[in-house]
Amino acid sequence: MTTSANTQTPPPDNASGIQRGTGVTVDQTQETGFWAFIKLVARLLARDKAGIVGLVMFLIVVISAVFAPVLAPHDPLKQNLRFAKDPPAWMDGGHADHPLGTDNLGRDILSRIIHGSRVSLTVGFFGVLIASSLGIIIGMVSGYVGGTTDNVIMGGVNLVLALPYLVFVVFIAAILGSSLINVILIFGFTDIPIFVRITRGEVIKMRASGFVESAKSIGASDTRIIFRHILPNLIGPIVTIATFEMSAMIFYEAGLGFLGLSVPPSVPSWGNMLAAGRQYLVIYPWIATIPGLAIIFTGLGMNLLGDWLRDVLDPRMRRVKK
Amino acid sequence: MQRYILSRLIQSVFILFGVLFIVFFMLQMTGDPVSLLISRHSSPEEVEAMREELGFNRPVPAQFASFIGNALTGDFGKSLRHKQPAMDLILDRLPATVELATTALLISLILGIPLGLISGSNPGSFWDVLSRGTGLLGQTIPNFWLALILILVFSVHLGWFPTFGRSTWTFLGMTLPTRSVILPAFSLALFTMGQLVRFTRSAVMEIRSEDFVRTAYSKGIADRKVYFRHILRNAAIPLISIVGVQFGYLLSGSIYIETIFSWPGLGNLLAESIGNRDFALVQAIAFFSSFVVVTLNLLTDIAYAVADPRIRY
Repeated sequence: MTTSANTQTPPPDNASGIQRGTGVTVDQTQETGFWAFIKLVARLLARDKAGIVGLVMFLIVVISAVFAPVLAPHDPLKQNLRFAKDPPAWMDGGHADHPLGTDNLGRDILSRIIHGSRVSLTVGFFGVLIASSLGIIIGMVSGYVGGTTDNVIMGGVNLVLALPYLVFVVFIAAILGSSLINVILIFGFTDIPIFVRITRGEVIKMRASGFVESAKSIGASDTRIIFRHILPNLIGPIVTIATFEMSAMIFYEAGLGFLGLSVPPSVPSWGNMLAAGRQYLVIYPWIATIPGLAIIFTGLGMNLLGDWLRDVLDPRMRRVKK
Repeated sequence: MQRYILSRLIQSVFILFGVLFIVFFMLQMTGDPVSLLISRHSSPEEVEAMREELGFNRPVPAQFASFIGNALTGDFGKSLRHKQPAMDLILDRLPATVELATTALLISLILGIPLGLISGSNPGSFWDVLSRGTGLLGQTIPNFWLALILILVFSVHLGWFPTFGRSTWTFLGMTLPTRSVILPAFSLALFTMGQLVRFTRSAVMEIRSEDFVRTAYSKGIADRKVYFRHILRNAAIPLISIVGVQFGYLLSGSIYIETIFSWPGLGNLLAESIGNRDFALVQAIAFFSSFVVVTLNLLTDIAYAVADPRIRY
């Protein structure tokens, strides 16, 4: 999607004729190695405003999750019925003490949002970690071994991908019961096929390309080919997909929480907050709407970051011209 | 062509058998279904009698075989709570879900495709920025949150739509939707609309740079004609598959929206039966949704092969 903007010429009916390329022009003739790569990434990032915005948004969520106890002005679990249902500070009757107001039990919403980011990021991070590591292994076996093994694996992958995802996730969550570990395992395991498919596709592409063949012809072992040649080239597409999948998991975790199927109600999570605030929607709308904004903020940041990573980590997207 | 359709058909049947396998063993994971049915005061003999009556005392492979046999005749057992055949309950709720999903699909087609077309034809313009923003928001705004906001604005403050429930009116014997479908359908449509904007945009941009379009222009064919004849017709082909996939998603993915709006459809039934721990019904819904999705995927692929003569596997 992003490349076509660069390669085409505007047809005559395009009066405005603005062609803002989303790919970035980079001279990558010399300099290799890790630091050069970091410098290159930094330079590419500096040119893409949407990427920077996405990165900053994502970092804000990460920082609030890591330093939640320090950053949160109040204890997220402390109830105070005297200050219950206080509106956010900018509304009539709001207090600066509770910038985003309080919920039905008088708990500080800002503190709960900050602590809620921990649940979301934990689910997203460990879910993707499980799905990607197992997915890469299975996908490499499938793509590298081929034959019947490949057919069996891909049969399973296609089966899982043909299922209505939400219905099955809800089904499994209801069976297993609500706990953080269960949610992580559900997303971790149901998301494996996505990573299998992408890994297999890349491996098959690489096997057909010259460099794997050359490595083989000079006598490199399978292990060496996998670890030296195939794995490093997988990092780009996997990291990109991982970003989008992590954002999707955060989204689905909130959805499960909304149905009361994610972490127990006592844990402050964005989905739980939304679910609890729903019945007060008409009179105290901030209780349910503010956690939704946190979900959107995170999702937007990760999607912008993912779009940018897709451009940067795929070397074919970097236009080599001076 | 026939061979392709036949092989896709066989593949779909295999997938559905896989689904039956999965839902059967998921139900096994829920533990002893009889324990949900009995009261605490039942004697062990009563429990055993009930187990025998429902066939839960047989070995698992035998249970699986009869489950498959029944499933092939459309029998998915009885809902433990409603004491009615699960399939009847599902078919009872189906019209509401179809109404919601169809309206949502129409909304997203009517808004999404024109936005994508304008955006793809004028990259970098105001409309492009607007529709790319729509695409991004469609992906990041949770539909359950959007539903709450829409209720707050359009039902509570403006009073234009009911806050929940489904009402219909009958005209010439047909059951027709009322405005009660608008808010749930719009909340559900947002994600699909975003997808349609993105896909239409990239399809148009890709086709605009094809050789045959340049040739058409260089032959001196009027811009409008090139646009409609050469660009739009080709861009429509990939849209077939995205619309098919999205319709499956809309039919199976409305659990949040139906819960929020108390919409009496399948999603609501699923949420209810999970709340009741009525897993036999959950199992039937999971299979039914998969059946709908797999069938839609099959039809989509066939339509795609018919529309695009280049596709031959």
